[in-house]
Amino acid sequence: MSARLSLSRRIVLRGMLAAGSLGLVKAVSGCSPTRIASNAEKNLVVGFIYVGPKDDYGYNQAHAIGAAALSKIAGVKVVEEASVPETTAVVETMRNMIEQDKATLLFPTSFGYYDPHILKLAKEYPDVQFLHCGGLYQSGHPENVGSYFGYIDEAQYVAGIVAAHASKTGKLGFIAAKPIPQVLRNINSYTLGARSVRPDVTNQVIFTGSWSEPVKEAEAINSLADIGVDGVTCHVDSPKIIMELAEKRRINCSGYHADQSALAPKGYLTGAEWDWSSVYQSYVKDIQAGKSLAKGSIPHLYRGGLGDKFVKISAFGPNVTPEAKKDAEAALQKLLTGELVIYSGEMKDNTGRIVIQSGKVLKQREIALEKMDWLVDGVKGSTKV
Amino acid sequence: MDLNHVVDRIERFLLPLLSIGLALILFGFFCGFQGLNPFDVYASIYSAAFGHWSSFQNTLLRAAPLMLCSLCTILPAQTGLIVIGNEGALVVGALCATGVGIYAHTFVPFIAQLLIALAGCLGGGLWIGLIGLMRAMRGVNETISGLLLNYVAIALLNFFVEGPIRDPASLNNPASFPLAESHLLGNLPGMRVHLGIVAGLVACLLSAGLIYKTPLGFAARVTGGNYRAAQIVGLSVNRLMITFGFFGGAAAGLAGMIEVAAVHGRANDDLVAGYGYGGVLVAFVARQNPLAAIFVSVLVGGILASGGILQRVHDLPDSTVLVFQGLVFICVLWSDSFYGKLNSLIPQFIQRNRHLKFNSLHASEDVSHG
Repeated sequence: MSARLSLSRRIVLRGMLAAGSLGLVKAVSGCSPTRIASNAEKNLVVGFIYVGPKDDYGYNQAHAIGAAALSKIAGVKVVEEASVPETTAVVETMRNMIEQDKATLLFPTSFGYYDPHILKLAKEYPDVQFLHCGGLYQSGHPENVGSYFGYIDEAQYVAGIVAAHASKTGKLGFIAAKPIPQVLRNINSYTLGARSVRPDVTNQVIFTGSWSEPVKEAEAINSLADIGVDGVTCHVDSPKIIMELAEKRRINCSGYHADQSALAPKGYLTGAEWDWSSVYQSYVKDIQAGKSLAKGSIPHLYRGGLGDKFVKISAFGPNVTPEAKKDAEAALQKLLTGELVIYSGEMKDNTGRIVIQSGKVLKQREIALEKMDWLVDGVKGSTKV
Repeated sequence: MDLNHVVDRIERFLLPLLSIGLALILFGFFCGFQGLNPFDVYASIYSAAFGHWSSFQNTLLRAAPLMLCSLCTILPAQTGLIVIGNEGALVVGALCATGVGIYAHTFVPFIAQLLIALAGCLGGGLWIGLIGLMRAMRGVNETISGLLLNYVAIALLNFFVEGPIRDPASLNNPASFPLAESHLLGNLPGMRVHLGIVAGLVACLLSAGLIYKTPLGFAARVTGGNYRAAQIVGLSVNRLMITFGFFGGAAAGLAGMIEVAAVHGRANDDLVAGYGYGGVLVAFVARQNPLAAIFVSVLVGGILASGGILQRVHDLPDSTVLVFQGLVFICVLWSDSFYGKLNSLIPQFIQRNRHLKFNSLHASEDVSHG
């Protein structure tokens, strides 16, 4: 017993020496980090906060790519913090970015950061601008708060066209987190895209109940593959497991949030991606030009689709036929010009109820679409989880 | 007090400190592999967690729910139950508190707050009490049932938040109706730390009193020490298990209530932030002692608070803080196997006498059995 203890003491001593020598090497080479000091020299410090890891192949990675694009702009310094939960932790992170890093522009990117955390802190720091991803801003919220979001369902519509072309069984699948309007809109647009080129296609939807449920997502993809679905996409925070398993089950997949082609090199068709680089660059350029939310020169709500460079589609994968490409690109062009409207009457939901009257045209920015609570004809599944 | 006793006491202070030291050294290697000077990183962790008043408030904010949640493991542990259903108790407590809060939104603030707090305690208490009941009546393993009930609790939360108590205005971020503005718990005067820290401290102190100073606590410890012996001396062990389960659950439920009333103002799935599981770790590192849990919670809170600076200043990955926390826990739990061994070393150093060493080994064994 004592022998074991003395051995571990020796190990401890050795460890201390090794750790010490490491420190010595660093001290001698003199490259210890002094980033706080250098922050003050640049004029605009921008803070980014993510709810998960920056390399999740999904929601957070899409934002991190956008943040990385800002470092190309002169006079901008980016500070980042990942895996920050939607609790008092995010308030502390924002506070530290403002007080320690002197950040004057914050991008807290997760939905749950907004109410109450951003709303609370924004009142305390009126000189800092808070830009939140999700489109949750309502009039009456603090003046220095803004919100942005993209009509990514346009990209899903194009992805649906590609998926329908590639499908042999005519059965597509969609793995989604929660039946909220933004998710339902993606499911419906994907289905409508698919059925625009092949009216007999069905889309089986599975809700997992939460944004990050890798186990349930894996179960969902396996059961979809088992019932003959041969093309899947999703709306969850990190589509990593879905893409990997789809490839393993040899079915096609279509990405979401970011480019996931590396995860499924054979079966990846295309994907609906955010183009936050363009959005963030335009925000920062506005702010460098002296515009601000409080002055009203930056809108509190900023939204856009394919045409406004909020969203884009991934490069086509090897399973995409020339015909599919032709149809997809044609739709893309029409969406860019606004010639193609996805939601126009008469449209029925999957219970046979008419949800858009005939002759009615609901364009991209229509408020009614923000309250979507139905699944379009052709979707198998229910909004009741 | 004999020498063995004194050495035991010293050991109880020394071992946790040494194990944290060891964790720091191991973490130093990790930093070294990332190309950083470990001492710079240590300095950053210290300054971000305890360095000045502002950063210490950050630490306290994170420590508060951990204190309350750790009691959910510590209290039942006195009767020999290993409960890890803390997350579920927190969520159910939060849900009950929200329900009552919505119902009582026109009440006088003080009355309403009292009712909300009671609802939180009752919800969490019944949740873990149920675990104790299942164990006592049907012999269901409390660890497994607790773990599974965590998932049930989260499913219940989602059901209510997306169904019966959903605020229709929360379109894309489903949440319950909010509590009345006047019913929310404020911060402590001059600080940005909410009442949770007071609740945590008081609950830990009360628990210590209950465990070490009352007949009920003594009965619970007897049950935990030897279930059969407790039965033979006539203690109603089943009732003790259920009672202590209830108390533990009430503490976690209170944590949930505070998250609702002091932080979020309503219930939604942000409540599932892992405080419950954090509390389990705190309880084990504190060796099921509610007073030690106060310090361990502050330590863990400090580690969590330093996560930001590690990312922003040292460019370390976001999982670094988990690596550090994991190392601390592994070292502290490993150090458990050394308790009672310091005594066996002392005669060896002083006297180098085989015979005495043999005796003292026996003595230390007696101590550890007692």
